[in-house]
Parts: sequence; C-alpha cells; structure tokens
Amino acid sequence: MRLVILEDYDLASEWAAKYIRNRIITFRPTAQRYFTLGLPTGSTPYACYKKLIEYHKSGDLSFKYVKTFNMDEYVGLPRAHPESYHSYMWNNFFKHVDIDPANAHILDGNAQDLEAECAVFEKDIADAGGIDLFVGGIGPDGHIAFNEPGSSLVSRTRVKTLAKDTIVANARFFGNDLSKVPTMALTVGVGTVMDSREVMIVITGAHKAFALYKAIEDGVNHMWTVSAFQQHPRTIFVCDEDATLELRVKTVKYFKGLMHVHNKLVDPVLTMKNDLS
Amino acid sequence: MERPHWLHLEDLWVRDGRILDPEKLFFDERGYADRRLDCGGAILAPGFIDVQLNGGYGVDFSTPSEDPGAGVAFVAKKILEHGVTSFCPTLVTSPPSVYHKVLPEVKVQSGGVHGAGVLGVHLEGPFISLEKKGAHPEQFLRTFGGSGGVRPLLEVYGGLDNVSMVTLAPELAGSQSVVEELSQRGVTVSLGHSVANLSQAEEAVRQGASFITHLFNAMLPFHHRDPGIVGLLTSDRIPAGRSVFYGMIADGIHTNPAALRIAHRAHPAGLVLVTDAIMAMGLPPGRHTLGQQVIEIQGLHAYVAGTTTLSGSIATMDMCVRHFQQASGCSVPEALEAASLHPAQLLGISHQKGSLEYGCDADLVLMDDQMVLEATFISGVEVWRK
Repeated sequence: MRLVILEDYDLASEWAAKYIRNRIITFRPTAQRYFTLGLPTGSTPYACYKKLIEYHKSGDLSFKYVKTFNMDEYVGLPRAHPESYHSYMWNNFFKHVDIDPANAHILDGNAQDLEAECAVFEKDIADAGGIDLFVGGIGPDGHIAFNEPGSSLVSRTRVKTLAKDTIVANARFFGNDLSKVPTMALTVGVGTVMDSREVMIVITGAHKAFALYKAIEDGVNHMWTVSAFQQHPRTIFVCDEDATLELRVKTVKYFKGLMHVHNKLVDPVLTMKNDLS
Repeated sequence: MERPHWLHLEDLWVRDGRILDPEKLFFDERGYADRRLDCGGAILAPGFIDVQLNGGYGVDFSTPSEDPGAGVAFVAKKILEHGVTSFCPTLVTSPPSVYHKVLPEVKVQSGGVHGAGVLGVHLEGPFISLEKKGAHPEQFLRTFGGSGGVRPLLEVYGGLDNVSMVTLAPELAGSQSVVEELSQRGVTVSLGHSVANLSQAEEAVRQGASFITHLFNAMLPFHHRDPGIVGLLTSDRIPAGRSVFYGMIADGIHTNPAALRIAHRAHPAGLVLVTDAIMAMGLPPGRHTLGQQVIEIQGLHAYVAGTTTLSGSIATMDMCVRHFQQASGCSVPEALEAASLHPAQLLGISHQKGSLEYGCDADLVLMDDQMVLEATFISGVEVWRK
C-alpha cells in the first residue's frame, strides 16, 4: 500500500482530490470508454468534493465521461430527507458538476425489493466494466462503507443492520436523537470494493487513529474490515497527522520519507483545458 | 436566493413556469438544465404582491371609463417595474353604478409579459364608518340594513365574482353575518375605516375577518384601556390556528417610523406591505381625480385637495420594501417576506405564490444588495429588466 501523510485535513483532502483529478485526466475518458469512480459520503470526503468542484469550475476537470457508484445509502429514509446520501451527493457534488444524471448510481434505500436492488447494482458495476478507482473512508470501528465488524471480507452489495458504534457516530446528523437514525443500510460489500482496479481510503482525525492502526498494522481481520485492502494490489491510504497517532513511529517515518515519490502522483496537476475531445 | 427565512447561495430551477425540485429531476428523470441564467450574485426573491392598489400612471380603478379592463391592464404592466407580480386592484367607496360597470370588467387572471397577475378585486368600502372615511366620498357610504347576510353587498356591488377582499367597519349593525358569509365564500374580510373597539374587532375576527386595512390609518388610535383595532396585533382572542394580518403603508408618510416599529415588533409575522397607491403614482405633482374626489400632489405626499387629509400614497412597492427594512432594522429576507409571503398567506395562496418552494409559480424579482430591482419574472419568463 501507499500511506500518504499530509499535515492536516485540508491538505489531505486536496491531495486526494488532485490524485482523483490526475487519474481521470490520464485515463482520457470518452463516450466509448468511461472512467468509473466509486464514491463515499460523510464528513471526511467533504473538503475533497469541494476541491473537485473547484477543479471542474475552473475548467480543468470534466465529469462528462465519468460514471460514479456510491458506496451506500440508508434504508427507509426518504430520498428528499436532508440526511439521505442522495441529498448529500446532490448538494455536495452532483449539482455543481457536469456529470450525466444517468451515470450517477446510488443504491435506492426505498426500493420495493432491497435484495434485487443490490443485485442490480452489482450488475451495473459489471456492465460499466468494473470500477477504476474506489474512494472510501473508514469508520471509527474500522468499517469500509457499512461493512460493520464481522462482515465477510468477500461480501457483495447487500442489506446490513448498522452497529451501535455507527448509529452513535451518525446521531449528530439527526439532531443527536438516536431514535431518528436509520438502523439499516444498503452497502457495497468488501469484495465489491476489492474488485476495483484501485482503492483510495481517506482517513482524517484523531478519532480514526485507532481504526487506521488496526487496518494497516494488524492482521487482516473481519472485525476491522478495511484491513482487507492489505490484500489489494493497489491501495492508497491518504491521512492527516492526527490519524497517524496510533501508528508506530517507524511506520510513519518510513512513509513520510516516501512523500517525494507520492507527490509525483499529484505534481504536476493535469488539466483537461486543452483537450478538444 | 430567499427561502423562508434566510438568504443563501443556491440555484433556482424552473420548469413550465413553476419552481422545480432539481433532485427529483436529477434522480427520477435523469434530466439536467436546458438553459442557465447567471444572476451574478444578485438576490432572487419571490415577486411582490400588492393587495391594495387604487391605480397609477393616470389610471384610477374607481373612476369609470370606457374600458376599465384596459386601465387595469395598463397599470398591471407598469407595476412590473416595481417588482409586483400579482395584485388586487382596489376600488374605493363608490356608487353602485360604478361597481356594476367596473367589476365585471376586472377579471382574475394570470400575469405574464402583459403585466402583473390580477388576484381579484379589493373592495374598500362603502360599508365603512362615516367618522373614519378618510378620502372616501361621504355621500356613497352605506350600512348593511336589517336583512343580514351578503344581500346588501350583492345589491351594491352587483356580485362577488372576481372579488378577493372586502374592507368594512365591523361596528356597523349587521356586520357579523356579513363577515361570516363573506369568509365562507372565500372572500378575505378586512377591518378598516372604522371606529370599532377591540371587542368588536375580535368578534369580527371570530366570524372570519383576517386583515386590517392600513393599520393606524382611518381607525381609532391605540388607547391603553381600549386598544381598538390596533389591539388585534396582540389579542389573545384570536381563534387557534388563525392569524391576523395587517397592511402597512411604509412610505414614510402614512405612518411614523416609530409606529411602524411598534407594530412590527408586536406582530412581525402579520405585517403585510401595501402601497395603497393612487392614480397619481407615477405622475408629476399637481391636481388629479381619485374616485369621486379631487386630490393634490406635493412631493411624495397626496392630500384631499384643500385639506391635510392624506388620500393615499404614491410610493411604489419596492420603495416601500426598502423603506420598511431601513425604518424597522429588520433583515432583508424579513422585509421581502412582508411583500410576498405574508400577502400570499393572507389570501390563502402561499402554496402557489409568494414563496420559492418547489411547485410554486416562478414569479420572481432580482435585486442588488440594496434591494434595488434589476429584473422581474413571471412564471419563469423575464417580464421586465432594468
């Protein structure tokens, strides 16, 4: 894996956004060959989305030939609810960029048949040719998407009941009223994300430090599902100083020493401006 | 963009003349914008609604002419420049012949490039108090008689089609059944030009009255042992679930700013800005005819000729909004809502007008931070640009 350590949340978000930008631009997506991106929600990627919007508005990055697949969505929460992941993606990303609505895939937590909805989602990913880059975050309990502790490391998109930790962590979005937080969600499986050609996990904040430690310095374990990516050929963990607080000094020093290599991935920052396609 | 009750940076989506929910468009229909209009960071707010407008630019709605409809249409077009997208043409106290001639010609209709929409006529009088007639002609004032119900109104007005509001004095004998029946018919009942005390006013509200015509003007002054109609602003006898709205002419002349502030602070949610503008609005100083009377313009003042009785204002709605904001110190959204959301709520049309909620008509005004108008839209179509 690559462990990219930036000083703070904003710099980490910017690095991640630049990486996504460069990956899309070097891919040179067209109408015949779309770039497929897996996307997260939550407070961690918020600044990263803002940066991507900035790159789009300046004309450097277009999402016209990008297909997106979100990781998850609550079950039973009305789509128009301000805390639904549809609302999050619309307000924080889709409405500011030029993505074709037909290419923005988000699981429907209000579908009549939830299992069928999950199966269709897996099929849509397959039809799109698989995912080029899956961007994700990590929960304080080390989960990727809503793959709570105990989730199979080869799982596929399915319905999950949320763990207490997750519900508590999400309560702040529902007026701190635990009873208002949805208890179930549709989520891509660990296996689904593992199938992507590349994975980038963004982890910021001291409250995520222990989860990061468990994910990369301990063994592969279904209680800390992000640890599955130790077995993925191309994973990048982007984090800030605070998120490294539980890591061994040796680990941190090693990867910090590699920053000049990592930064070649984002410097120079590419642009689509001169593209005529 | 102004959404109750604050300003925020947002895009407004319009389709088929209505405000559209863009999330539904994106996720359900997989659709996106066909056209984009860059508003350059200007304030976008619901179009203004004037429920008391007597005329303007030389047209007096209460003076019968060859083609009353054309007169209303002429003014309707002109007021687009003031950000008014819907209004109630107002008729002051007149003889039955005038009502019979004019009312059938002034129809409820949607606005558009041709002018602001007509929501219905506001009939201010003739069932008002002699003592508080203001500029209304004394000889045409009337009482309800003994029959009860709206029959005397039907006789005087010739009918209640296209009527959205009636101003009357509730202390007149027989008013209770009138107020009740008008309210049941969906006509907004307003109290004004009256010497009613608070109890009489509260009784009228119980029967269905919901508005006060130009608060403070043409009514008994506030008294601490009998607040009169003004007391409705803080009355505890308003039936549950109902609200009393009150019109204020915020032209700096009809009401002292301190009085405006007292009313606003007492009951901010009920304040409705009205122009009560007369035919001289838009005209140069001098003598002109209003209804059956002659008035005189001096600067921003309009008096009954030869007296010091105010006969109506010549301020425009956008001027009133700016003056209200500046005199009351309220926020920009509050000032804008007093001219859009509140009148829509008063008339019971807030699901359609006066708001930027999804599904509402896209009647909009574009203005700078000083609330100086730049453009007006009706049903999403630009109908005036500075």
